[in-house]
Amino acid sequence: MPFPSLDRLSPLENFGHSMGSPAFVYRPTRAEQIAELFESASRCGYTIGLRGSGRSYSDAALNGGHIVLDIRRMNRVLEWNPDTGVIKVEPGVTIQQLWQYTLEDGWWPPVVPGTMFPTLAGCLAMNIHGKNNCVAGTIGEHVLGFTALLPNGDSITCTPQTTPDLFYGLISGAGLLGVFTSITLKLKRIYSGNLWVHAWASPNLRAMMSEMEPLKTETDYLVGWVDSTANGRALGRGQVHAADYLHEGDDSAPAQTLRVDYQTLPDTFFGLVPKSSLWQFMRPFMNNVGVPWVNIAKFLSSRFLSHHHHFLQSLVAFNFLLDYVPNWERSYGRGGLIQYQSFIPKETASDAFVEMIALTNRRGLPNYLSVLKRHRPDKFLLSHAVDGWSMAMDFRVTAGNRAKLQALCDELSEMVLQAGGRFYFAKDGTLRPEMAVLFLGVEALRRFRELKAQCDPQGLLQTELYRRLLCGPA
Amino acid sequence: MNTPSALIPTPAAIVVGASSGIGAAVARRLAREGYAVALVARRAELLNQIADEIKSNGGRAHVYPHDATQFANVPTLFPTILRDLGRLDVIVYAAGVMPAVDLSEFNFEKDKAMMDANVLGAMAWLGPAAMAFERMGRGSIVGISSVAGDRGRILNPAYNASKAALSTYLEALRNRLTRRGVHVLTVKPGFVDTDMLQGAKRAFWVISPEQAAADIFRAVKSRKPTIYTPARWGVVMMIVQHIPSFIFRRMSF
Repeated sequence: MPFPSLDRLSPLENFGHSMGSPAFVYRPTRAEQIAELFESASRCGYTIGLRGSGRSYSDAALNGGHIVLDIRRMNRVLEWNPDTGVIKVEPGVTIQQLWQYTLEDGWWPPVVPGTMFPTLAGCLAMNIHGKNNCVAGTIGEHVLGFTALLPNGDSITCTPQTTPDLFYGLISGAGLLGVFTSITLKLKRIYSGNLWVHAWASPNLRAMMSEMEPLKTETDYLVGWVDSTANGRALGRGQVHAADYLHEGDDSAPAQTLRVDYQTLPDTFFGLVPKSSLWQFMRPFMNNVGVPWVNIAKFLSSRFLSHHHHFLQSLVAFNFLLDYVPNWERSYGRGGLIQYQSFIPKETASDAFVEMIALTNRRGLPNYLSVLKRHRPDKFLLSHAVDGWSMAMDFRVTAGNRAKLQALCDELSEMVLQAGGRFYFAKDGTLRPEMAVLFLGVEALRRFRELKAQCDPQGLLQTELYRRLLCGPA
Repeated sequence: MNTPSALIPTPAAIVVGASSGIGAAVARRLAREGYAVALVARRAELLNQIADEIKSNGGRAHVYPHDATQFANVPTLFPTILRDLGRLDVIVYAAGVMPAVDLSEFNFEKDKAMMDANVLGAMAWLGPAAMAFERMGRGSIVGISSVAGDRGRILNPAYNASKAALSTYLEALRNRLTRRGVHVLTVKPGFVDTDMLQGAKRAFWVISPEQAAADIFRAVKSRKPTIYTPARWGVVMMIVQHIPSFIFRRMSF
């Protein structure tokens, strides 16, 4: 049987369907099979890319022509203590599995991304954050420990206290240092399945940022939607959502709201249109003509119909907005989309973001959805975090606009670097290697390469993102 | 900026039979159009020359010395090539042989050599590519058949049969794969100024391999099912295909 077997060949894509390459996909169920895969790949001269649910917008889980190790079949809950909220899981357990497992005991994942489908291995590799970044930090800050298998053959057990270098390196390490084999997390105690949400409209970006700033540690969740097709004085107008957990006793019937059924998103729209087909109805609007009108409608409704609206919303509905419309990314059409997300220190963020939005419109490449969040720094090695703000921008990709879009992103990245900003490997698909050196810093990159040489001396763990940004000369 | 961009990937192609003739011209043409090319053929020195030429023009080429009739090596070599290219957009099967056959000669060794290189080699290479492209839902498969496959003639029965088999195989692939988004192109050259022409008795309308490669590249871009190169052979072969057998068998053509 030749290795790799042609039967294993699968076309893989990024989440936005804008990048893709075929790879030989192996789906182990046990750590021993991972060790065998390391051995075979090394013997036959192939590299191994790690992949969870493939929810990254970038080339972080692609490894064209080589091996891809899909971790999703390693998805068992190993230990659960409903008194302490400490859970030990296999790496392929998804955020969805996790919350559905612990909710009725009154525990919720302390940090979740905008979708519930990523695996925990993927979440740790990218050290994901949520809309509560300023209060709760990244997911890595809630990891008590993990075990991992390294390409050098070592099985390691890491905690932040005993093995800080490996702990802060593997988490945020983009799957390039080792394979998580179990993860122990401390969850968040909750007393209701609902959040108190406060929504209001902001007339422009600077106003939105000054309204959000004082709330950054006052409210549990904080996120802004930005209409990035508006210009002039309205540039960056949008809507802010702030949300808080309920305290003990606030929910008179927590047993009711802490049920999976209560949280489950309805599968029809207005009780009629099946949500699975909704993206097809969105598709005609997802272009440079349609989106500004959709944004105007959305902004006017937030300004006049729900300005300073207070309401209860389920944890799932609030957190996993992206899952509300299944396959929404398909509405961007055949070319798919990329997300350009940058993280800029608070001192320079508002000027930079205003300029960046204006530039996208000047270049005729408006972004269709922008999201603003407040962040705090962390200690992880390949961190994307800053004491400042992030703006995520979704750009439609077409066969004809790729070169133009890359050129725009080059310009945007220059502006971000000028402003002292950073990037995020779960999102970035356009950065140039010299820019990665600039934002990560020579020192962090040197430490990453030392760890890489120690954990993976043969360079077995690679992805397209690694070859694009991290393996060149420092 | 010329550093790699994930958003603008380099397309990639495999050319089997890339050391000379139409294969070499197609490989050069694809490289000029920005493709990374994998050059597969028996003669390593010739492949290296072409690869050096492509690289000196700023292109990307990889060399794989391989005899297209060593079918058992393909399941290992195909993944290796895929690994080195990182992706695959086009595969061209241009390997083929046409030994000189005398009008009264019936030589199984020669006949088998033609079937091996012209038909079975194509199946060994295009099969895995077809599977890969079917899963990807895209890609182009190009087979260099011949006008000689359109009718059985008196000169070289096995060559006619091998090209007829290749054309039919490609047609079947096309019928299987079009619905999966995969393009299959059958190329039917007339006389092309290559080594193979040495074996031809009479040649006319001779074109250069570069002209054939230009036609092939255009057909890949426009996803044509079948082309004759030069195109006028299409008209000729339409007539030839309709000559009734009782006349055709009396012609020494």
